[in-house]
Amino acid sequence: MDRLLFGDNQFFGVNHMSEEKALAQSIRFQDIQAVIDVLDNAYDEGVKSFMCTTHDRIALVADYMRANPARYQDFSFLPCMPYAHKYANAVTEDGMLGALKRFMPDEGLVNAVMRGGMSLAKKDIEGITTVLVDAEMKMFTGLRTPIIFLQNVVVDLLLGLGFKDAFRIFATHVRSRYNAEPGFITMNLPLLLDALEEVGVENPIVCSNINKIGFRMCGGFEAYVRALREKKVRAIAMSVFASGAIAPDEAIEWICQQPNIESIVFGASSRSNIRNTRELVDRYWPSSSLLPAA
Amino acid sequence: MIRLAIVGLGKMGLSHYSIINTHPNIELVAICDSAGYVLDVLNKYTGVRTYTDFDTMLREVALDALIIATPSSIHTKMVKAALDKNLHLFCEKPFCLDTAEGEEITRIANEKGLINQVGYHYRFVGAFQEVKRLLDINAIGEVTHVLAEAYGPVVLKPKGSTWRTQRSEGGGCLYDYAAHPINLVNWYMGAPQRVGGTILNKIFSKDTDDEVCATLYYEGGKSAQISVNWSDESYRKMTTKMTIWGTNGRIYADRQECKVYFRGTACIPQGYEQGWNVRYTTDLTEAVWFYLRGEEYSAQLDYFVRCIEGKCASDNVNSFENAMMTDRVIAMMIADVKGGQKSDAQPEIPKKRTLFFRNR
Repeated sequence: MDRLLFGDNQFFGVNHMSEEKALAQSIRFQDIQAVIDVLDNAYDEGVKSFMCTTHDRIALVADYMRANPARYQDFSFLPCMPYAHKYANAVTEDGMLGALKRFMPDEGLVNAVMRGGMSLAKKDIEGITTVLVDAEMKMFTGLRTPIIFLQNVVVDLLLGLGFKDAFRIFATHVRSRYNAEPGFITMNLPLLLDALEEVGVENPIVCSNINKIGFRMCGGFEAYVRALREKKVRAIAMSVFASGAIAPDEAIEWICQQPNIESIVFGASSRSNIRNTRELVDRYWPSSSLLPAA
Repeated sequence: MIRLAIVGLGKMGLSHYSIINTHPNIELVAICDSAGYVLDVLNKYTGVRTYTDFDTMLREVALDALIIATPSSIHTKMVKAALDKNLHLFCEKPFCLDTAEGEEITRIANEKGLINQVGYHYRFVGAFQEVKRLLDINAIGEVTHVLAEAYGPVVLKPKGSTWRTQRSEGGGCLYDYAAHPINLVNWYMGAPQRVGGTILNKIFSKDTDDEVCATLYYEGGKSAQISVNWSDESYRKMTTKMTIWGTNGRIYADRQECKVYFRGTACIPQGYEQGWNVRYTTDLTEAVWFYLRGEEYSAQLDYFVRCIEGKCASDNVNSFENAMMTDRVIAMMIADVKGGQKSDAQPEIPKKRTLFFRNR
């Protein structure tokens, strides 16, 4: 896994600090070319993994990468699913069946409906889960997706409900069908690690807020530090700057001192910000495998 | 341990279930919903005890507390039945569509000294709490006007109907969206003397309002303007904003931040300075034990638990009494529209049986 992963919040008007900034970003990235330009900057700075939601607009990025294989030969998508709004909107607009049809994978409608429909009837979430994952993965056909993430609202909802089998089902399907590593995004790292251990998902890739001031580290700062030290986990740190509350230098230095963190996911809108973050990581994680493109 | 059940497993019910199920002081003993399918799946994978009939659950399960997350049109019935069993209650908003009924169950809950809380979660958002703190110390002087806004993308084209799109069930932009900013205005300003200029406008919906405007009048010439629209696609999700003008400055707040401008005339609170001040969610938000969709959802349930443990029924920040103030303002707005447009009659609230009550 790369030391630095590029996130996509900035492209979709998600800003945890300011509605105004979020709006400005929405306007700036309305044209998909503006998104691709920033991804080009990241790629040329050696940040080649793109952790993205399965938003409709990401499909446009995926189309672009597919059309330019030479330029993006080392580019990886790390999809985070499901993009929940998409389902809610589709069901409102097309009803349950219409929505299901719209998201069916290419293996053929009949096949997928059988798998999904039979599962629905048997109240068997295994089949339903796999059909939904396949539907979300459709836009990445032919592209590299080494890690596939289950998004935090779903992970944390299931975690709270105690619906832990779903994590195992997701992990198994992602491994067998996509030859990819399953990843889990959560706002409740310590609790999730216990749950994953319980259902036999070993040494999981887990992406969570990890930052020096403990912002949105639910279960408490101490519990996170302990979990990182004692559990077998491949952690990805997000919100490392706590939405700007920590100075970049201080934030990255602290992250690089924590055990079991393999990667940092960050968002940026300019090449200079991307470069600054990369240089900080190079400085504080000297073994960093990131090298700028020639 | 507090023994708790949840009735109603829609979006809010499932969210409450997930959050409260992880609370260290709660034993979640049963869930109830009229849709058997969701219950069966949850039972199959988590082993939770499930009911499709509310009365049966109340009869068979020993409980201390209940979360009610069903459509508002059946809140009264459920609250009454639960109060009969002496249960502490957390009820979703809007509280009651009929203010007379709401007042009756509020009285019963208070007489029994049972904890009663309604899910106006914005009162647990750090930035909106900071506004309340600043107003309580008169930081911006005498408040003259409030602008309370909420926008989001719920109904974006003419389409089928659910309870959320019917005012008679507690849906519609007025009950679903506008109730939140109105509730915040009440928290900051108290009850208005009267309401005027109410507009409940349909944009795409057939049966209910998508756009809500109104002016609330207070003594001394103070006023508040409500501007709410749930058919606004330019917002990614529901966004609530409060702007408050005072003689010594102005406050702006949304879920992410609280910005305050203090004039030189202000008695400036500690940590603030003359001119612009910005407080971000990172400073204003207290950590929660479990996070699902925002700290406020966890914080309000933790508060409910702590109120039960501390037996402090009378001063809950989101008590039935407080929620009734919001219901009354909503009723005043509906009456204002009726008064202005006699021909445009509002639908009566149907008194119908629901699946939750089989034997009534």
